[in-house]
Amino acid sequence: MKVSVDEDKCCGAGSCVLAAPDVFDQRDEDGIVVLLDAEPGEHLHTAVREAADVCPAAAIMLADRT
Amino acid sequence: MSTPSDVLVVGASAAGLATAEALRRKGFTGGLTLLGDELHAPYDRPPLSKQVLAGAWEPERALLRGQEVLDALDAGFVLGDPAASLDVATRSVRTASGKVLRADAVVVATGVRPRVLPDQAGLSGVHVLRSLGDALALRADLLTATRLVVVGDGVLGAEVASTACGLGLDVTLAGPQQAPLAAQFGPLVSDLLGQVHAERGVRLRLGAAVLGLAGRDGRVTGVRLDTGEVLPADVVVVALGAIPNTDWLVDSGLKVDNGVVCDAGCRAADGVYAVGDVARWHHEGLGTLLRLENRTNATEQAAVVADNILGVRRSYVPVPYFWTDQFDVKLQIHGVLPADAEVSVVDGDVAARRFVALYERDGEAVGVLGWNMPKQARQLRQRVLGQLRDFTGAHVTAVEVEKADF
Repeated sequence: MKVSVDEDKCCGAGSCVLAAPDVFDQRDEDGIVVLLDAEPGEHLHTAVREAADVCPAAAIMLADRT
Repeated sequence: MSTPSDVLVVGASAAGLATAEALRRKGFTGGLTLLGDELHAPYDRPPLSKQVLAGAWEPERALLRGQEVLDALDAGFVLGDPAASLDVATRSVRTASGKVLRADAVVVATGVRPRVLPDQAGLSGVHVLRSLGDALALRADLLTATRLVVVGDGVLGAEVASTACGLGLDVTLAGPQQAPLAAQFGPLVSDLLGQVHAERGVRLRLGAAVLGLAGRDGRVTGVRLDTGEVLPADVVVVALGAIPNTDWLVDSGLKVDNGVVCDAGCRAADGVYAVGDVARWHHEGLGTLLRLENRTNATEQAAVVADNILGVRRSYVPVPYFWTDQFDVKLQIHGVLPADAEVSVVDGDVAARRFVALYERDGEAVGVLGWNMPKQARQLRQRVLGQLRDFTGAHVTAVEVEKADF
C-alpha cells in the first residue's frame, strides 16, 4: 500500500490522525496533514483505509488498495 | 437479520458514497448500487463555496474519488435519475425515469435542499448554493457583477461573502444576528469574525430581518429589509439553511419529520436505513432525535449504518464537528458551543488571531473552537470531549447541538 496526501485539499480536521495516528499527523502551525509513513505495514492497512474514507476533504489517496 | 445479498443506496453524494465504501471496507461482497439525481460522479460540497466559487479549482477537483477508485468499489452507479418513490415492504425504489430498483437493504441518503425566499422564483440573479451546478452558475454571474448581497449570516453565507470579496465584488452580508455566526459561536468569536469581514471590505448589514427581494424586468435589483431599507444588488445569494429531501418518501410509510426518523442504529424500517443530512436518528446520549448537516457526520454515520446493515448492532453517538474557512481564518469546531457557555482562551492569543477557545457549562467542557489552530483544537477534543458521548451529563440539548451544526 502506498499512501499520498494532497496538502492543498486538506482542511485540517485531523480525522486521519484519529483513525491512524501512526501514519498521519498535523503540522503545528496550520493543522495541514503530515504523512509519517508513506508505505505503512500491513497491520495498519485497515486503519489507513478508514482514514482515507473518512477524510472530509478527500485528501488521502491510496495506491494498491488491496 | 442475516447479511443482505444486495444494498441500494439512494443518493450518490458524500453520505451515500461513504456508506458504499464502509460496506466494502467491512467485507461486504454483495451487490451494491448507488442511485443519484445528478449526472456527476460523487463530489464534495465544502469546496463549492470556497475553491470552486473562487475559480481556484477546476470543478473536477471537487470530485470525491478518481475513476479508478470508484471502479474498485465494484458498485453500479445509476446517475441523473432522481428517486421518485419507495416501497418499504418490497424495498424497491422507483425512479423518475420509471426504473424500479430492488434490494435487501435500502439506504436513504438524499440529503437536503436550500431553503428559498418566497419571492425568489422567476427572478434572475438570485442564487442558492448547494450543487456543483449552483456554484458554477453563481460564479458565472459574479464575474460580470459589481454588487453582491448575501442573505443569511450563517456558515454558508459568511463563506460566500468571503469568497466573493476575494473576487473583487462589493459585498453586503445581511442577516438577523448581531454578528456573523453569533448563534453558533457566541460573542467573543463572532464579533472577531465580523471584524475580519469588515476589515476586508464586507459591508455587514446585520440585526435586520430580510423581508424579500426587489426586482425589475425579471432581474433582481436588491434585498428588502424590515427597516424599509433596500440593499442594492446585481446578484443575491440566499443562504438560509436547508430542508431534508423527503418528498419522494411521502407515501412510503416511513416516518418523516424534519428528516427520516430512525432508531439509534439509523434504521428507519426493516432493511431501510438513513444516513447523512437527511437522517434524524435517536441520539442515545441526548435521549432525543437529532439531525446534523455537517460534513464529517456523513462519513461517521455511514460507518455505523454499514455495521448495522451487516448485522453488527451499533448506536450512532457522534461528537459533532465542523470547520469553516473565511479569508485567512480557519475555524475548527468540536462539540457544542451553547449560548450561555463560559468561554476561555486556553491556547494562543486572541490579539494574534491564533487561539483555541474552550466552551464550558457547569464546569464541564462541552466544546472547543480553534481559530487558525486546527491541530491544537483537535488535541483538546481528544482530552475533554469524551464526556460529550453522554450529553445528558453536560446538560446539552438537541436544539443546541443542531444550532452548533453547520
